[in-house]
Amino acid sequence: MSTVVETHDHGLHGPAKGLTRWLFTTNHKDIGTLYLWFSCLMLFIGGSMAMVIRAELFQPGLQIIQPEFFNQMTTNHGLIMVFGVIMPAFVGLANWMIPMQIGAPDMALPRLNNLSFWLLPMAFGILLSTLFMPEGGPNFGWTFYAPLSTTYAPSTVNFFIFSVHIMGISSILGSINIITTIFNMRAPGMTLMKMPLFVWSWLITAYLLIAVMPVLAGVVTMMLMDINFGTSFFNAGGGGDPVLFQHVFWFFGHPEVYIMILPAFGIASHIIETFSRKPIFGYTSMVYAMSSIAILSFVVWAHHMFTVGMPLAGELFFMYSTMLIAIPTGVKVFNWIATMYKGSISFETPMLFAIAFVALFTIGGFSGLMLAIVPADFQYHDTYFVVAHFHYVLVPGSLFGIIAGVYYWLPKWTGNMYDETLGQLHFWLTFVSVNLTFFPMHFVGLAGMPRRYPDYALQFADFNMIISVGSFLFGISQLLLVFIVIKSIRAGKKAKPEVWEGSGELGLEWTLESPAPYHTFTVQPEVK
Amino acid sequence: MSEQEYYIPNGTYWPIVGSIGISTLFVGFANLMHDVSWGGSVMALGFVIVVFMMFGWLGQVVNESVSGTYNNQVDRSFRWGMSWFIFSEVMFFAAFFGALFYARALSVPWLGGADNNIFTPELWSGFSATWNQVAFSTPGTVLQSGVEMSVPTTLVDTWGLPALNTALLLLSGVTLTFAHHALRAGHRDQIIGWMVATIALGLAFLGFQIAEYGHAYHDGLKLTSGIYGSTFYMLTGFHGFHVTVGAIMLTVILYRVQKGHFDDKNHFAFEGVAWYWHFVDVVWLGLFIFVYWL
Ligand code: HEM
Ligand SMILES: [Cu+2]
Repeated sequence: MSTVVETHDHGLHGPAKGLTRWLFTTNHKDIGTLYLWFSCLMLFIGGSMAMVIRAELFQPGLQIIQPEFFNQMTTNHGLIMVFGVIMPAFVGLANWMIPMQIGAPDMALPRLNNLSFWLLPMAFGILLSTLFMPEGGPNFGWTFYAPLSTTYAPSTVNFFIFSVHIMGISSILGSINIITTIFNMRAPGMTLMKMPLFVWSWLITAYLLIAVMPVLAGVVTMMLMDINFGTSFFNAGGGGDPVLFQHVFWFFGHPEVYIMILPAFGIASHIIETFSRKPIFGYTSMVYAMSSIAILSFVVWAHHMFTVGMPLAGELFFMYSTMLIAIPTGVKVFNWIATMYKGSISFETPMLFAIAFVALFTIGGFSGLMLAIVPADFQYHDTYFVVAHFHYVLVPGSLFGIIAGVYYWLPKWTGNMYDETLGQLHFWLTFVSVNLTFFPMHFVGLAGMPRRYPDYALQFADFNMIISVGSFLFGISQLLLVFIVIKSIRAGKKAKPEVWEGSGELGLEWTLESPAPYHTFTVQPEVK
Repeated sequence: MSEQEYYIPNGTYWPIVGSIGISTLFVGFANLMHDVSWGGSVMALGFVIVVFMMFGWLGQVVNESVSGTYNNQVDRSFRWGMSWFIFSEVMFFAAFFGALFYARALSVPWLGGADNNIFTPELWSGFSATWNQVAFSTPGTVLQSGVEMSVPTTLVDTWGLPALNTALLLLSGVTLTFAHHALRAGHRDQIIGWMVATIALGLAFLGFQIAEYGHAYHDGLKLTSGIYGSTFYMLTGFHGFHVTVGAIMLTVILYRVQKGHFDDKNHFAFEGVAWYWHFVDVVWLGLFIFVYWL
């Protein structure tokens, strides 16, 4: 197939006009933009659900909403943040940056890319529509344990199941595309061990996604069959086992949490090397650390299930394997710190978010280690301590990674610098409020406050009030981010091709003009 | 366009048609489960849209490929894409195999009092947990924790239809490989012969599988036969679905062979479908061993 006919059509030149540009686009930048705005919209929808939760928990007792609705809020908040915010935002960044970082014109399978995106609004439309149905939406927690989600579920659970199926198809197709792009579209000379770390992190993430999203599809299919067709996967009456649900779910679920953090590792590495004006310390060990995290993440899932009554051998195996993951994670943290050591650091907004990422993610890692200790987890499980743990790794972890990446690459996307003063303000508001919100959760958790209840005992009142205040501040502060982004799209100081001092050395994306041309590299660049 | 330049496909409306089709299908299905009167028709409509999209999208790709628009890099992208897609399918089956192993090796014995469940014999005296007829003693329909369960009289005989089907499917893998060799050697007539044989073997497999389902169902082995019936029908059912899809794809490839779409070097579509067919074959071996035999 080496004889090639020249095809000329509008797809090769500028973007199409009007709405069809976005509906029919196969351009990686357009699709990246769609993903990012979609995730931004979902952040505010999921965020308002969190505000409802925190308003109810501001004081003990039931004030604003009924417990049934409270359950729907926690469930949908979790589902939307995981599948509708963090994952699509990372895919959006992958779409924008991977072709630019590896010297490709676009993704390898651009039409599939369009399908991957346009499945998402459908999936979330279906999910959100259940909230307006008479029986209400899913109310069984984002982990949808059987039999809460089967025997005792509202009948709208079928809509939930299919929306998860559609999200799964979207993720799998998206990941196939990303892996194919990375393996097949690299510029000549860019060997695997010369790939930018963000590309590496996404290669591993996409592999994890293809491995575990089908398992998620499998578990919701089993639910569908149990609910509607009389099978007994999770029904002990027929020889099944509700604990089987948890095993299959967490076999997906634990790799999933790494799916939500690995791309942030990649972003943080780029930002820290840029603003420390030093190449990343220990590139090779970074790659190996991410790979071993990915492999280990398949054998730790039952640390979410220490209290279900597993045999002792199981408890011990999963305890040690979980602790083992802390080693490669620690390697990464030390490498970031070593990169900053003796660097000439400047503190632009992306760097502030990246440093906060390293510090606060580490707190989340430490609470994870505490949870990994079986006898201790018997105490902590299903308390706010777990909530504190995963919010530390997900909000100042994954979300800060995304925000840092947005600030870092925004001038490359829009051609304009963002407003640095507002950026700094946004950082400090976010940094203070995130800690105000999630740090006290450790205390109430250790003191025994259970998660997922609309009410609590009086002794937790003061901390909960602080948490609620912090969370509202956090929510409002994010409006500032939207303002800053829109402002930079419309106007601002013109950005140079290399945007950040000295970054021209650090990656192909900084050799392109700002804003980057609609089709990134139409002729292969040479990498030395 | 030289080798250093890239191929970028033009925009298309097929993906969004696909997204609408898939969503319509699922919304219809969910409403069907809720006994909404129009659920079934909407689901059918969604299915029609998906099929329409498949024809349109793949037809466009075939036209572009035949007219020589693609370069080697596109060919490689398709190969990577298909391999990882098959990997995702492997993981889907892995979930159901995992459920089978877990239930069989752990949860059913635990129900019967194995390990430290010392109270089981006290609470449910006379209860013995067996894999095939979990929790039931007499054939027929029993009420089990409020749910009707069907207890089979006999189970499918491993060395009857399943063994025959194993032979058929393995043979079809061989004939497909012969077709591939013929394609490489450029013998169009032989390719067609071997392809027809492969498809015929696949269809025979499906026919026997349906016959086997008929017997099993008649003997009371149903989806509602506890965890045994659940894993039996879900694993074999999804496999049968994949064989059906594979047979349809092989038929399309046969048609394209007749049209002269492939030559000895340029035949990704043929190979992609062949990989898929071998994957379906391997899954069946797993089924034969773990569902029918052991
Ligand atoms: C050093 C690394 C980590 C360790 C040792 C660790 C350990 C644990 C353990 C043992 C639990 C179960 C607690 C319980 O339910 O009793 C847990 C829960 C959780 N972890 Fe981690 N974790 C680590 C990193 C992460 C990361 C990086 C993420 C995501 C970005 C994450 C997300 C979560 C989530 C979402 C849950 C709660 C799920 C739920 O029950 O709703 N963890 N972690
Ligand atoms: Cu985990």
